[in-house]
Amino acid sequence: MSVLVYTENWDGKFKKLSFELVSYAAGVAKLLNTTVAAVSIGRVEENELKKLGNYGAVKIISVNNDQLVSLDSQAYASVISEISVKEGASVIVFANNNTGKAVAPRVSVRLKAGVGSGVSRLPLNVDPFTVYKRTYSGNAFAHVIIKSAVKIITLAQNSFDLIETANNATIEILNISVDPSLLKTSVKDVQKQSGKIVLTDADIVVSGGRGMKSADNWSPLIELATLLGAATACSRPVSDEGWRPHDEHTGQTGKIIAPNLYIAVGISGATQHLAGISSSKYIVAINSDKDAPVFEAAQYGIVGDAMKVLPKLVAAVKEIKK
Amino acid sequence: MKILVCISNVPDTTTKIKFAGGNSSIDTTGVQWVINPWDELSLTRALELKDDAATGIKSVTVIHVGNAASEPTIRKALAIGADDGIRVNAESPDAWYVASQIAEVVKNDQFDIILCGIESSDYNGSVVGGMVAEFLGIPSVSAVSGINIENGQPVLTREIDGGKEIIALSAPFVAIVQKGIAKEPRIAAMRGIMMARSKPVKLIDPVAVEPLTLISVFEKPAPRTACKYIDADNAEQLIDLLQNEAKVI
Repeated sequence: MSVLVYTENWDGKFKKLSFELVSYAAGVAKLLNTTVAAVSIGRVEENELKKLGNYGAVKIISVNNDQLVSLDSQAYASVISEISVKEGASVIVFANNNTGKAVAPRVSVRLKAGVGSGVSRLPLNVDPFTVYKRTYSGNAFAHVIIKSAVKIITLAQNSFDLIETANNATIEILNISVDPSLLKTSVKDVQKQSGKIVLTDADIVVSGGRGMKSADNWSPLIELATLLGAATACSRPVSDEGWRPHDEHTGQTGKIIAPNLYIAVGISGATQHLAGISSSKYIVAINSDKDAPVFEAAQYGIVGDAMKVLPKLVAAVKEIKK
Repeated sequence: MKILVCISNVPDTTTKIKFAGGNSSIDTTGVQWVINPWDELSLTRALELKDDAATGIKSVTVIHVGNAASEPTIRKALAIGADDGIRVNAESPDAWYVASQIAEVVKNDQFDIILCGIESSDYNGSVVGGMVAEFLGIPSVSAVSGINIENGQPVLTREIDGGKEIIALSAPFVAIVQKGIAKEPRIAAMRGIMMARSKPVKLIDPVAVEPLTLISVFEKPAPRTACKYIDADNAEQLIDLLQNEAKVI
């Protein structure tokens, strides 16, 4: 018996999310009186792999195979399932991100393992195995009992703190070749914006809504974000109007994020918007309408015109950065 | 080619969620039921592809696993433009059960492209599409924000961190779609509503499947602390609070 965790890498590097996953898996392993094995797929150097040991992985299994350079969910699921069986995993942990959502359900079918997705706490109980998950887009949480012998958990990003431990990890390089009949997708082109902070990774997000009044008014918001090392985001009407790109839309049908700090500027706070940001640790609302629902979700609020408030915030951040 | 669009029946996204039965289920009193927003976008894109003769898409079918109460949601999909519907006549206890039922239908009635929304706005599971693909042993691509057919070859756009990938693959496959797949959901016109009444909805009995998960209880999110207001004329105080009180900058 063990807890297996899939740790994705980005160009050979792990991110904070990877370490959250390992810390979480170590917490689950402790409840079950067992240990954590981490699986990495792709070219990751040994000193990078070793970092997973700092958060409680006892065994690190590295699969590096030319067939697995880009994400093919069918092939990845076959590799992870094979390792799970070999390791006798009773719990498998994925991130509840694009990759986890692509691979976890396929592993579920291969291993007849029930899935608890978007989980944000350690299991509430180990018998029956009960997880705590987000439902109704954050308007409710559910206690879900997973009845199968093998359980799959997808962990919500930024929901679990890093826990460092003594590193006793061993690294195993595993050669697995994938049946070519499982490789049916091919990536023809990759289009990446360089230098932009990835919205779902950002610790701080500064987001603008209709209260910004026009596409031309964004520069103080961007300046504030740059000074804070924050990503920029927007509400749905803003991306629909074309003031900002669609990939910045946060909300129920856009990106769902959970930064440490979310600053909502000129956003009224419709249910659909709050559904995408309600897991943020701190929410700041800046809005000229004192009755805007966003203030009910916020810990800090300023009732005022964004165009007057933003320059003051920019000046104040410059002052503390001196 | 034939497209199958999987649709889920969910409470309208502005619904104030309340619970019933000792917090084990939601209180459906007064709830407006709608097509899950991502499924509605999938359906819209499927119909756009069918409208373009060059794609070779011949039909768009919708499938739903649910009891008779969800019939209006299927009719709405037909009114928007789907050619026909399939309802597996069963409550949907969990994703495993729903995916098993959909896969069973596809085994008996071949479809080339199966579209699923990235999640349902009620359970937020994000797993049915991938499960259906694995049950059928066919490829699946998740986080899809674009589908085209170019010279008979399906081409998908997949969202990745900070960018996009263009992916080629052959049918049959499952595409798990998100925002961007279609601009706005298509709205049913009066003619569509009239025509929907005579479109066929096939009723299928479920196969016996044991669910793997069970919701024991729901709870509301913890209430947030009351908002602390800062005077707009002294907005710079906010930065001090974020740095020294919340300690987030």
